[in-house]
Amino acid sequence: MTPEIGHYALVLALLLAAAQALFGLLGPVLAQQRYVQAVPFAVAGQFVFTALAMACLVNALVQMDFSVRYVAENANSALPLFYRVAAVWGAHEGSLLLWILVLSVWTVAVTLRSRALPQRFIARVLGIMGLLSVGFLLFTLATSNPFLRLDPAAPDGRDLNPVLQDFALAIHPPMLYIGYVGLSVAFAFACAAMIEGQLDQAWARWTRPWTTLAWAFLTAGIALGSWWAYYELGWGGFWFWDPVENASFMPWLVATALIHSLAVTDKRGLFKSWTLLLAISGFSLSLLGTFLVRSGVLVSVHSFAADPARGVFILAFLVIVIGGALTLYAWRAPGLRSSAGFELTSRESFLLFNNILLVIAAAVIFGGTMAPMVSDALGQGALSVGPQYFNPTFLLPTLPLLALVSVGMHASWKRGNLSRTQRPVLATLALAVALALAVWMGAYGTGSLMLPVGLGLGLWIILSSLVDPIDRLRRGLSLSAGVLGMSIAHIGLGLLTLGIAVVQTASIERDSALVVGQSAQLGAYSFRFDGVEPAEGANFNATQAKVTVQRDGVDVAVLQPQKRTYWVQRNAMTEAAIKTQWNQDLFVAMGEDVGKGAWSLRMQVRPLIQFVWFGAIIMMLGGIIAGLDRRYRQLKPVAEQEPNTVDVAAGARTA
Amino acid sequence: MSRANRFLLPLGGFALLVLLLVVGLKQAPDKGIIVSPLVGKPAPALVLPTLMDPAVTLDAAQLYKGQWYLLNVWGTWCVECRYEHPALLELQKTAGIPILGMDWRDDEATAQQWLKELGNPYDQVVSDKEGRVALAWGVYGAPETYLINPEGIIATKRVGSMTPAIWEKQFLPLMAQRK
Repeated sequence: MTPEIGHYALVLALLLAAAQALFGLLGPVLAQQRYVQAVPFAVAGQFVFTALAMACLVNALVQMDFSVRYVAENANSALPLFYRVAAVWGAHEGSLLLWILVLSVWTVAVTLRSRALPQRFIARVLGIMGLLSVGFLLFTLATSNPFLRLDPAAPDGRDLNPVLQDFALAIHPPMLYIGYVGLSVAFAFACAAMIEGQLDQAWARWTRPWTTLAWAFLTAGIALGSWWAYYELGWGGFWFWDPVENASFMPWLVATALIHSLAVTDKRGLFKSWTLLLAISGFSLSLLGTFLVRSGVLVSVHSFAADPARGVFILAFLVIVIGGALTLYAWRAPGLRSSAGFELTSRESFLLFNNILLVIAAAVIFGGTMAPMVSDALGQGALSVGPQYFNPTFLLPTLPLLALVSVGMHASWKRGNLSRTQRPVLATLALAVALALAVWMGAYGTGSLMLPVGLGLGLWIILSSLVDPIDRLRRGLSLSAGVLGMSIAHIGLGLLTLGIAVVQTASIERDSALVVGQSAQLGAYSFRFDGVEPAEGANFNATQAKVTVQRDGVDVAVLQPQKRTYWVQRNAMTEAAIKTQWNQDLFVAMGEDVGKGAWSLRMQVRPLIQFVWFGAIIMMLGGIIAGLDRRYRQLKPVAEQEPNTVDVAAGARTA
Repeated sequence: MSRANRFLLPLGGFALLVLLLVVGLKQAPDKGIIVSPLVGKPAPALVLPTLMDPAVTLDAAQLYKGQWYLLNVWGTWCVECRYEHPALLELQKTAGIPILGMDWRDDEATAQQWLKELGNPYDQVVSDKEGRVALAWGVYGAPETYLINPEGIIATKRVGSMTPAIWEKQFLPLMAQRK
């Protein structure tokens, strides 16, 4: 019975979402106060029924009801409970349901936190979000219903792909979805403002916390996916420029730009139409990513079992949502003018550079991701775009971007008085350069020029992010969550930069055949092969090697990679051994038995790779702290400030 | 460009993108939905016990050395495999190359019963009970069908049911090219 209840709950949620959209959008137009007041009830009802549908699907999976097609295809009686629940988003239908639930939760949050906002405005925001819900619910019910029955019922279900049974991967999709869908809030705020034809600084203040929080979750989701690929797949890297990775990275870059441009609109009432365009683009890119993953248009390891009928549906939805928003933009944006000006070296112009560079970076990735499709569409045959394209072209906008962080952070609003701010900037730069050279010479010595450059940029960002908080604390000034969050997020960016710069340039890899007792030298480390011994697991036999890693004659680690033979089908799998230290990963995987007691081994030293994910987590924390700043909770509508009254001295450095 | 026209640019760009996506979507079914990254690469090892007698192990690379063959991944739990079955029986007669069946994560007795009832289109059937070989081959879901050339390279892959039309359009030309 419960699958049917879930199905009907979805239908009811669809009706309520339609009511939410209609009342929300028509109420203000027809000046019907009762319509406007009905919107929160529709929001609540939609949430209740979406949650009920989700509960029914979870129940079917937990109870292993193999008469439900989705359960039979994605779960198995041998699957542990945790992964049976995670199977909710393991495939297309369930993950859509999760998407809808997340959208519903964001909508409830917006409703609850926006009581102080003008009712007409918030009704429009909720109306837009209701429209998005309608689209996704229709899509689910028409093409991807997770509650379809199987007749006759399957005796047992298919297992989750074993590679996917991993904790990091199980929580990676929900995190990503919270981020993706969270961008719909900024989108809805932008559309509502365009419908009203009015956009003031208060609007930016309302939009900021939502955008920052969505961005934080998106950061966490991407980082988790990258971490999983590194550990579980053993590919030895953290980013592969896979089309689906790119599809999540593009909205992240645009959302990053949006956060910064919203700051300018909030503080100075500038960049209005640009901010709107970013708010539309961020969510549009999330939708585009959904289309690419689920329509079979692009080829990727992530592709869901694709169905062109679904593709047609999502494409129509894209045209309505994005086309509608951009039409609104073409109509309304020309009327939004900013009267205030700013100088070339003011904080505004640095944030403008930040935006331009981030958008260029997103465009570079967009071009590379879409190029195979363009080539296909023009009948030019398959084209593969890989790291050879992405790595260098991505660096072009990001290097100047990183170099501008410190300067921009210390520039004043409006006035380009560099002499006042150049001291901390130059001091931290000098310190960063000295430290970078010391670390480069001391720890790595060789490597490409990118190594000291990346080290210097990362350290400069970290050091200069510390200046403001320390300065404020020392002078006994209060430190707002906004400034603290910004500093922390920038420190995270610095750590990420350090990690990427070092691991990309100073990793050492060697594949050698070693006999027992023989060593291979990788930089300062010697990997000594101490022989092999048999080992046994639950369902496999293994040959296990022992490799002792030494530095200056002192044991650092003993690594025991395995080559496993599974009993049932006798094929071999290699299980790499990784020793993780704060400043590097030591890695050994077994190759072949090359005879005469010798084995080929793949050995790697990957310095600072942990900094990549650690930095991302710090960025996320910074985002959450900034997003929860008290300032955003004083939601009394603010009259548009006269730009000239912005306090240049004390208020200048707030985020 | 006038100020108002500038704000039309994003819409224009989006229209171009939609055009591209429409073309892409039209071509997607021909591509057999998901093209495997393994296409054009050597086939992974396939050494498995046979379905009929688990004591007998079969190595596909040895068995079909120097000839074309199809690898069809199926399971009795797989609904679509039941729809696909008649097409496989048809191919057995017309294709002129052996079909190796891989019974994926299945119960042997049920699978044997299935072949007895519906007919056996396969030259040989192996059982991948743990699904490790399927994993190595990048099987996403059953049914899937691979075409392997005489050098042991995966020539193409079909995700979803095999049909006579797919055989003629996607598989046959690849074999014809080589002759």
